Amino acid sequence: MTATSSSSPARRRGFQAERFDFSSFFFSGLTGLATVLILAILVAILLNIVLNGWDGLSWRFISTIPRKDFFDPDTTGILPMIIGTTIRVFVMTLFVIPVGVITAIYLTEYASHTSPLTRIIRGAVNNLAGVPSIVFGLFGAGFFINFVGRNLDAVLQSAKPTWGQPALVWASLTLAVMTLPVVIVATEESLRAIPMGLREASLALGATKLETILKIVLPQALPGIMTGGILAVSRAAGEVAPILFTGVAYYMASLPTRLTDPFMDLGYHVYVLSTQSPNIEKTRPILYATVLVLLVLTFALNFVAILIRARVRKRLRALH
Amino acid sequence: MGIHRGHRARPLEWLAEKLIFGVSLSAILVIFLIFLFVAREALPIFLGRMNSAPVQPVVPVEDMDKLSPAELRRYLELTEKQYAEMDRETLRSLMEIKLEALRELPEEFRTDKDASVNTTQWRYLLLPYQWTGYDKPVHIWQPVGNIRKYNVIPLIVGSLKTTMVGLLFSVPLAVLAAIYVSQLARPRVRELTKPAIELLSGIPSVVVGVFALLVMATVLQGMFGYETRLNAFVAGIALGFAVIPIVFSIAEDALTSVPQTYTQGALALGASKWQAAWQIVLPAALPGVFAAVVLGFGRAIGETMIVLMVCSASVMSWSLFDSARSITTTIAAEMAEAVAGGHHYRMLFMLGAVLFAVTFVSNMAGDLIIHRLKGRLEGKRG
Amino acid sequence: MAEALIPKIALPTLDPGAIGAAAPVELIEVENLSLFYGAARALKDIHFRIHERVVTALIGPSGCGKSTLLRCFNRMNDLIDGVRIEGAVKIGGHDIHGPDVDAIELRKRVGMVFQKSNPFPKSIHENIAYALRLHGIRKKSELDAIVEESLRGAALWDEVKDRLHTSALGLSGGQQQRVCIARAIAIKPEIILMDEPASALDPIATAKIEDLILDLKKDYTIVIVTHNMQQAARISDYTAFFYLGELIEYDRTRKIFTHPAKKQTEDYVTGRFG
Repeated sequence: MTATSSSSPARRRGFQAERFDFSSFFFSGLTGLATVLILAILVAILLNIVLNGWDGLSWRFISTIPRKDFFDPDTTGILPMIIGTTIRVFVMTLFVIPVGVITAIYLTEYASHTSPLTRIIRGAVNNLAGVPSIVFGLFGAGFFINFVGRNLDAVLQSAKPTWGQPALVWASLTLAVMTLPVVIVATEESLRAIPMGLREASLALGATKLETILKIVLPQALPGIMTGGILAVSRAAGEVAPILFTGVAYYMASLPTRLTDPFMDLGYHVYVLSTQSPNIEKTRPILYATVLVLLVLTFALNFVAILIRARVRKRLRALH
Repeated sequence: MGIHRGHRARPLEWLAEKLIFGVSLSAILVIFLIFLFVAREALPIFLGRMNSAPVQPVVPVEDMDKLSPAELRRYLELTEKQYAEMDRETLRSLMEIKLEALRELPEEFRTDKDASVNTTQWRYLLLPYQWTGYDKPVHIWQPVGNIRKYNVIPLIVGSLKTTMVGLLFSVPLAVLAAIYVSQLARPRVRELTKPAIELLSGIPSVVVGVFALLVMATVLQGMFGYETRLNAFVAGIALGFAVIPIVFSIAEDALTSVPQTYTQGALALGASKWQAAWQIVLPAALPGVFAAVVLGFGRAIGETMIVLMVCSASVMSWSLFDSARSITTTIAAEMAEAVAGGHHYRMLFMLGAVLFAVTFVSNMAGDLIIHRLKGRLEGKRG
Repeated sequence: MAEALIPKIALPTLDPGAIGAAAPVELIEVENLSLFYGAARALKDIHFRIHERVVTALIGPSGCGKSTLLRCFNRMNDLIDGVRIEGAVKIGGHDIHGPDVDAIELRKRVGMVFQKSNPFPKSIHENIAYALRLHGIRKKSELDAIVEESLRGAALWDEVKDRLHTSALGLSGGQQQRVCIARAIAIKPEIILMDEPASALDPIATAKIEDLILDLKKDYTIVIVTHNMQQAARISDYTAFFYLGELIEYDRTRKIFTHPAKKQTEDYVTGRFG
């Protein structure tokens, strides 16, 4: 081995940086800035709505059924819109959750991963997720109303068109079709998270595959299914384009009572208030108040369901 | 595959399995139905079978028998089914009605050369034409009035304007933020920021539209000083707000899926975190980031409410600072006034069909890229 | 008791560390080093000195902290949240956790080769050129020259010289690891840290890597973590035995494997526990 050099390079200099790395500093800063900007946009929107909408909000506002003039802050109310939105979303879940969960069960528990059919189904689900909401509206009008509804009227021999026109049920079905991918994806994820060992144990005890799925797997997957339901509900509550031609009404004197009734809607009302008001300054407070209610409803629906999900999780954990 | 059944299915179970399988085909069924029913309403336009000219060669009622059944049916604009159901008397009265309608048109109008133009022909849908009263050929979409002008170019331009502004605004922001959250931020910061940004996607588009209409429009006009307060630029920026969470989410996923070993290798060579992220991780995640942009494009071009609330006038202009009408807003705004089965109605459905086709293709492309990327990563790990 | 030990492994007859008039220079000084992951203590009061231009092996059962210690030398532990250090690590007399020390600069002079080879998804040439560009070497002719030099130094040149611009991921495991070694030595670090570099490789590839290490030690100081005792015996000059985060014994390799001072060391090297 060579004799040591009197000063090996390491001793000569410490580990200081030779010069300041400007470009790394600058670009890292840029990315941080971008993140902050996005968050700022989020906060700006939320603050703007809350601050402006808070004053216009009142118990009277929420509980009144308005007369035809929406734009007078003193007499108007949004009760039918709140109810309309809530009902349509509720009816939607009746359709979307069973279909979505069953499809997810098929994809996770029964389908072969490599078969082309599975890939087509998955492709269809992904594609469905990307269809523009207005196209769903057209689909709802063209298929549900004009085809299913009209034929239903013919079969039932209705005196006047009841099913073949914009109605609550068709709007809900349209939304169900739109949010199907959300439920499927969330359910699939939760099914996949369940270890195979659980299923094996059940089969080893003599249960059938179906029993295993229904009694062991599904209950474990419940929180995930609820997440899917929440996301679907939250998304559907805020969507206006799909219901434009399938059921929303500009004005209804009374609350919707049957599936075949049209309904009023919060989001649509926001649209009406912002674009058709004769005096935007006067309408501003009710516009913001309505937006605030819509936002609260979307987030509150979210929140309530998250609570349910947490509680279900706790209960399921206690079972183990 | 889940777990193998491991036993022969009893009849009830066998039935249940078939049922489950059947229900699962619903997704495919729906896509197919969307294609079918949207295209069905638009088919006559595609096939050139609609005639929107208000003035058409008149056939005197007496000459009814001189026309072949097919010609008569075409003249009266009936479907085959409707034609078959009608008796001669009904057909005769229909012809008389048509004659009346033609006579009711004002004299100057009848001699207007444009009055006999079938404006639903492809030539008029795409190419500029010099209408009466204009001094040069223009693209114009104006479905009201006696002569309905259905040129779709202004709508396509409108859609593209807002979409491009939206993408140019949101993609750099979202990708930079994705790099930050995925590669540069501390884990605790990451845990908080990621869901916060994704919260943006939970804001309904009408709400974004209100914000854009009342706040952004004024702010941006103050910043840039252009004339029209509500224009494509504002709509584009607002559109960007809605697109950011999508691009961010997918890009962040793509960046995080790049194996950590690459980052560690780069850092061990003395790269800074930024250098490792920009020079090693981002290139490796490029397919996923590209897919994010493609899917963001699909979302932007399909968005209705935001643009509907911000812009309303249909102006054929390449300028960003003029108002614009996109394909989506046109469908949304005009469907209520369109007579079911009429040419305006079918034109709107045709627009919907085209929009569906465009987003279908772009979504397939995006998913294919992500699928291939996932396959590549998993193949390597395995 | 130590005399009664039968060496279980064949040792090279010449112990490189024994030859040489001058005392070996101490390059890395570990002074009372303790490392905490949150509240859990992973390294307990480590104190020893690593010499220049020798191969030092860190051995011990899995989980004893040898990889953690290795990562202290190039401050890769900084990347993990919640890591806390007491004591000091000095390289060339400078405390590497000192206030004016730039970790990036440190890593340019203390290179690392990982357990699982991690070439970038780029061409072989680009893998090495990337490291060089980080150092500001940009001219094509210079890059090409150093790439060749590094690949020769990693005993890989002849195998890949005709496919420099194909993906590095297309190589075999052993070749990929040698690309990583070439990449590490391209920037001419003073110290090379190797974290079980051959553990994922077959015996033939392992042998090649070991020969390479013996060759590299002429110019570089090498610290290698290995769980393969025979490997440690074959290639290292000094060996440090760790157990549960503590340094049990540190001495010339020959001594550790023939008559270790501590019983624990003896039990480990004779295979009484894994």
